[in-house]
Amino acid sequence: MEPIQPAICGCEKKEPGQTNKMKNVNMGKAAIIGLLGFGLWYVIYKQLEPFSNFFSYSLLSLEKGSHFGDAVQFFVYDTPKVMMLLTIIVFVIGMIRSFFTQERTRKYLAGKRESAGNVMASLLGIVTPFCSCSAVPLFLGFVQAGVPLGVTFSFLIAAPMVNEVALILLFGLLGWKVAAIYLVSGLLIAIIAGWIIGRLKLEHWIEDWVQELRAGEALVIEKKLTLADRIEHGREAVRDIVGKVWIYVVAGIGVGALIHGYVPEDFMTSIMGKDAWWSVPAAVVVGIPMYSGAAGMIPIVEALLGKGAALGTVLAFMMSVIALSLPEMVILRKVLKPGLIAVFIAVVGTGILFTGYLFNLVI
Amino acid sequence: MEIKICGPGCASCEKAQKVVEAAVAAKGVDASVTKVTDFQEIAKLGIFSTPAVIIDGDVKCVGRVPKQPEVEEWISNS
Repeated sequence: MEPIQPAICGCEKKEPGQTNKMKNVNMGKAAIIGLLGFGLWYVIYKQLEPFSNFFSYSLLSLEKGSHFGDAVQFFVYDTPKVMMLLTIIVFVIGMIRSFFTQERTRKYLAGKRESAGNVMASLLGIVTPFCSCSAVPLFLGFVQAGVPLGVTFSFLIAAPMVNEVALILLFGLLGWKVAAIYLVSGLLIAIIAGWIIGRLKLEHWIEDWVQELRAGEALVIEKKLTLADRIEHGREAVRDIVGKVWIYVVAGIGVGALIHGYVPEDFMTSIMGKDAWWSVPAAVVVGIPMYSGAAGMIPIVEALLGKGAALGTVLAFMMSVIALSLPEMVILRKVLKPGLIAVFIAVVGTGILFTGYLFNLVI
Repeated sequence: MEIKICGPGCASCEKAQKVVEAAVAAKGVDASVTKVTDFQEIAKLGIFSTPAVIIDGDVKCVGRVPKQPEVEEWISNS
């Protein structure tokens, strides 16, 4: 008799053919749970505004239109709204990031020529996992793999500057236009600044010991990831990032709620308004040595904008704080000679300056 | 047993160290856990993304924080 157990017994030891089938079942299950989860998420999300109205004006019977009532409603509506947006985006980005390891990004970029390479490096900068202290090993790896210097810089600029948490907070608090402006201008600065640095041919300003690495072979240990692993990545990202930034979100919205009612709208207009032409360079110069993650900047951005500061000036300040910082320069100094660091700051700073003026002009 | 953790000292490198130390304690093996923080040193080992874990000269993982059961398995196998 032919063995028939595999057909009737699902608890058989997994054989090569069966793992595939099991994977399909898991995929289907995951897809259904994912869809259900998203549906539930959406239903709750849609209830937030009515709930905040009910909570503030009926339950607490605050007066509609009063400073305090509106501040409470704003806070009760915006806090869960932004947290829910943040959670879902961080989860999705976390999953996407499991496809883009630094090793893979390096391999993609190794064969690229300059212009196309700058564009790709900037885009990959958004999705490749990166923290400012991994900048140096990453830089070494890129140089060693033969990625052109300008392309490497496009990546190094885009990675911290275009940040998914900042993007979603801007979207949630200030609308999609501001978020889109931030995304596009961040990418353009990374592409153009990287391209310029590449044109300048500054390879001799890389520290000598780095040059000697070029011959070696990079070590790569890749782990095969299953869908379950990627979902776990997403959950870890949520735990990690949302766990860290929620306090900034609440602070930002709290500040926003207070400003809505209490501080005069034109408080900052004379210092950081459109007409103060010097405010953009001042914002950049003040912002460069400072360091804060993108999330920490959002409450400040919201406060400044709410008090009448011009959008271009505020974006310039925010970008110079997160893209250029003293600690990062100190770390990069180990692989770059001072000249190249100066050029890096000058080119990116100028890019941010232009962006600031442009948006003050356009909007 | 000699375990090295390569990383400049950022949040994920600290996490990697904690995981490794927990694994060593759980396995009850006699191992020295040291950190390599110098970039030049790390690059010489052929490692270009951190954190990385090296057990007795064998590079076990690069560019990610390992899970504790994983590390315990590496310890058992070497």
